[in-house]
Amino acid sequence: MSQKEENSSFYEVWQRRTQHGDLLFGWLTLFFGLVVITLVFAIGYVVWSGSAEARDRFGFGFLFQTGWNPVKHNFGAMPAIYGTLVSSLIAVTLAGPLGILIAVFLSELCPLHLRNPLSFLIELLAAIPSVIYGMWGVFVFIPFFKSGIAKPLASTVGQWLPLFAGPVAAGRGVMVAGIILAIMILPTIAAIAREILAVVPNHQREALLAVGATRWEMIWYGVLPYSRAGIVGGIMLGLGRALGETMAALMVIGSAKSTIENSLFAPGITAAALIASELPNANDSLHESTLILIALVLFGITLILNILARLLVWQVSRGPVGTIRA
Amino acid sequence: MAKNEANSIHLQDLKPFYGSFQAVAPVNTTFASRAITAMIGPSGCGKSTVIRCINRLHENIPGARVEGKVLLGEQNLYGREMEPQAVRRRIGMVFQQPNPLRMLSIEQNVAIGLKLEGRPKKELAERVEASLRRAALWDEVKDKLRESSLALSGGQQQRLCIARTIALEPEVILLDEPCAALDPISTLKIEDLLLELKQQYTVVIVTHNMQQAARISDRTLVFMVDTSVARPRGLMVEEGETLQIFTAPQDLRTQDYISGRVG
Repeated sequence: MSQKEENSSFYEVWQRRTQHGDLLFGWLTLFFGLVVITLVFAIGYVVWSGSAEARDRFGFGFLFQTGWNPVKHNFGAMPAIYGTLVSSLIAVTLAGPLGILIAVFLSELCPLHLRNPLSFLIELLAAIPSVIYGMWGVFVFIPFFKSGIAKPLASTVGQWLPLFAGPVAAGRGVMVAGIILAIMILPTIAAIAREILAVVPNHQREALLAVGATRWEMIWYGVLPYSRAGIVGGIMLGLGRALGETMAALMVIGSAKSTIENSLFAPGITAAALIASELPNANDSLHESTLILIALVLFGITLILNILARLLVWQVSRGPVGTIRA
Repeated sequence: MAKNEANSIHLQDLKPFYGSFQAVAPVNTTFASRAITAMIGPSGCGKSTVIRCINRLHENIPGARVEGKVLLGEQNLYGREMEPQAVRRRIGMVFQQPNPLRMLSIEQNVAIGLKLEGRPKKELAERVEASLRRAALWDEVKDKLRESSLALSGGQQQRLCIARTIALEPEVILLDEPCAALDPISTLKIEDLLLELKQQYTVVIVTHNMQQAARISDRTLVFMVDTSVARPRGLMVEEGETLQIFTAPQDLRTQDYISGRVG
């Protein structure tokens, strides 16, 4: 009797649970989804309205102007855009292939007992604060780079290729920033690519081995194509980190805010570094508004690059007609 | 006839290891050419391990190694100068799960082995068509050669994998439970195909399906889990003509297994 009552109340609760549980959960997740959208719009609004004064004053030409003189109110975003794009491009060009190779080594070739310690070290590398990378750049890498790479290059290739021309004075510059950024995003790319390679099913590898593929051919024709979309996604995350990196870039790029030099060895500035270095000394409203406009520009750059990245992922993940998209 | 001899496979004291664990008691047997040999037995009896030793895929598992000999004709496949890639080229394999390469089209899937060999493009197209015809798939896919192989049904995918295997014109075809993931109709199609292929190739098939072994094979090897040793391992308990194995098995364990009392 009592058993039966217990049972019926249990079923009642159970019924109620299935009736309302999903609904509640649905509303809850919808709420958090909306929070994300609200945040994006809130940040966008602040940056948009805060930069109103500067936008009215400089107009679209701001994007293509050089010059940075807070006293004379002469501002241009071109050096920051150039420095941001070029240093990030250098970083991705160096760290992308290297990160993929590290991931291939870890997931395909590395002896089992080395795999976990090495993976852990790489993830540790990703956790080092950027100011430490910057310091390492200033005290260790720049002296080496100046005498070991920049000066020999400038005196040989630099004679006819302006991209590598001298003088190499302090050593700080766009190239150094790019290399430091590359070191910083390398573990991000390697760690993500490793995860992606690890989920490639073994039957794909065996399909290639069974037709006489070498290990290299197996990786090149089987493993990498299978994980293309994920690897591109990982590189894009690295690129995002490079674009927004402030501290390390500021410490090694040389802070040349008003001009663009042809040489990669010359100092430059990135958008994020410019904002971080100027905001504390921005005394008048135009200066402040201009810095917020720079933030808007950076916002735009990341947005455009992310859209391009989406398109790229979309494109490379497409196999023959009928392939299931990753 | 000489070629006939050359295509048979001999296992001599074959001992597959996983680390220090010997997974199967030493195997001595012969797989005749132009015949289908079936390997049957319960799960964990080592039949898949043994078949993967024949094309040297077993050693690809970390820690795995092989002792003993596998002869193709008179050539030791585990000889010092033998490269595993060359062995796998001559001994094709079809797996339990149909595994077309995901980012490649139907055409490219069949051609991949030839492409790795660096054959000219013109030859590729011819061999792709010939292989798909032999695998009884051509009529179903001839209009969508450049489309993804994943749009095919499971049975079609498996026949595509067989086409990929025979495109290389191997001497031996190994099949590791090729019909385990397929419906009965697709299974019958594959079986018909195997009967056709045995005219030319040495065919070895691992199967859980005893009716399948009885239907298509000429010889049958029976594997069991040997629990009399400290760590149970696979053991070949009987081999013989398929008819004899299924009508008059000599070994008690075989009798129990095929009558459904164990396994």
